[in-house]
Amino acid sequence: MTNADAVSILVPSGMLGAGFPEETITRGIALGADVIAVDGGSTDSGPYYLGASKPKTTAAAVSRDLRILLRAAAEAGIPLVVGSCGTSGTDDGVDWVAGIVAGLLAEEGLSMKVARIYSEQRAADLKEPLEAGRIHPLPPLGDLDGATLEDCTHIVAMMGHEPIAEALAAGAQVVLAGRATDTANAAAYALLKGMPAGPSWHAAKIVECGGQCTTNPRAGGVFATVDRTGFTIEPLDESAACTPISVAAHMLYETANPHLMREPDGTLDVRDAVYTALDERRVRVEGSLFHHAEQHTVKLEGARITGYETMSFSAIRDPLILKDIEGWASLMHVVLTQRVEQTLGLTRDDYDYDLRLYGYNAVLGDLDPATEPPREVGVMLLVRAADQALATAVAKVANPLMLHLPAQDMDYLPSLAFPGSPAEVERGAAYEFVLNHAVDSLTPTAMFRTEIDEMGEKHDA
Amino acid sequence: MPETTLPETTLGDLAIEVRSKNAGPFWITMELFMRDADGYRIAADETFLHEGVVAELYRVDPASVQIFRIPSLNVVKISYPRPVSQGSLRDRDTHAGQHHVPLAQLVVPQPGVR
Repeated sequence: MTNADAVSILVPSGMLGAGFPEETITRGIALGADVIAVDGGSTDSGPYYLGASKPKTTAAAVSRDLRILLRAAAEAGIPLVVGSCGTSGTDDGVDWVAGIVAGLLAEEGLSMKVARIYSEQRAADLKEPLEAGRIHPLPPLGDLDGATLEDCTHIVAMMGHEPIAEALAAGAQVVLAGRATDTANAAAYALLKGMPAGPSWHAAKIVECGGQCTTNPRAGGVFATVDRTGFTIEPLDESAACTPISVAAHMLYETANPHLMREPDGTLDVRDAVYTALDERRVRVEGSLFHHAEQHTVKLEGARITGYETMSFSAIRDPLILKDIEGWASLMHVVLTQRVEQTLGLTRDDYDYDLRLYGYNAVLGDLDPATEPPREVGVMLLVRAADQALATAVAKVANPLMLHLPAQDMDYLPSLAFPGSPAEVERGAAYEFVLNHAVDSLTPTAMFRTEIDEMGEKHDA
Repeated sequence: MPETTLPETTLGDLAIEVRSKNAGPFWITMELFMRDADGYRIAADETFLHEGVVAELYRVDPASVQIFRIPSLNVVKISYPRPVSQGSLRDRDTHAGQHHVPLAQLVVPQPGVR
């Protein structure tokens, strides 16, 4: 049931597959949810998931969450929207989630109209906007060249709410979106129902990480109601609370600028937003603005292979080595480089490596303010080369050093502690993000492709 | 040096939470959630915590550092472009979730000491 004056959004968790207590969904439905929205991905865990087009979550976890959400949506007769399917939102990711949905609907004896919205882009198709000057860099990156596009193993465009709203308007009960902004999945239904853009986008930003905007992020998701003048938010778990601080603070999370947030269609402006406690656990937000952009833009994400990595890991406990661990590491650099040149005939231009001293300064490197000597140190050697065999060959040349390299003042060979056998782990292709560019879109939906099918028990193969 | 030195106080000592995180693949952002208005006044003092201090702590270009001071939340927020590409060979913190530590350990000026 849709109230024309307000739209209530149930967000079960910050990410599909993260899990939530089943009773929180029951509660959200009882509160009168008009739509269930959940994010299925992010770039946060690095370029591998886009570059390799593989999900970060395991199918069992996604399936567990989806089964509960599909049942709830079907029973209540409300739509379910999943954004950035399969972590990176590639076409594989959408198809992966669609396959899980099809299986679950059949198992549950349900039939639903499912929209798949694809957002993957071919490099060749981006040449024309590139040459026409319609692709602009976003800081800190510079201008794009065609070769960078060609190098990407996968490119996705981040959709706004428009393709999702269009699929919902076409009657889709389940929308499985490829790469979308973190907020688009939650904002789409409210905007489709005519809610004002400021409160719709602001609510969508606050709910995008589920319970993160509450006093107990581990208790489950949130419930937000957007209306003509603002939005009201509360946790789905009755023992958790939203406070003006917990809600306002979430606007800071993972955003470079806490006041302004660009979406394809314009910019959310929360500088004048006022957060008021309605009671112990509900917060009212008013005053959020949205400035529609003159030019609609869609952001691109792309990843390319930088090489292949092999990792080796050993550990040091002997205080005689640890008292000058930097001296030990310097000796390692000298001997390793020499040995690789002697045995493999390679110079540093042919391969690269990072030597990390876990327990000493691996995480922060030279930025680390601490000066105390470490009690034990894990030595990680990460080698990158043009192919896997070469990376592993370098790691194997390093192996006797990872086992026996002495401190500079030792006249005997120590044996260091490998945590397992074999010593080397082949990590496969390594990737990096290379796109942070916005395309001036011809229309808000032009770069996306939507397929709508009936899935489930009535769908005979 | 004064005869009696007080034990050093860090920004982290005056905060409820200090955190850092990626803001997309190309930016790092961090927040100092100060305990109260007094702590906020120290963290928000532009003569103490400014772009140059952040640039030195994180070895980045001071011109690339953005600082947001939000008195209504007792929060100071700092953003700068990621110096090391996310997930690359030399990125040791994929989510940039441990980069708040040098900021949290920054020693605040002692009262009365100029």
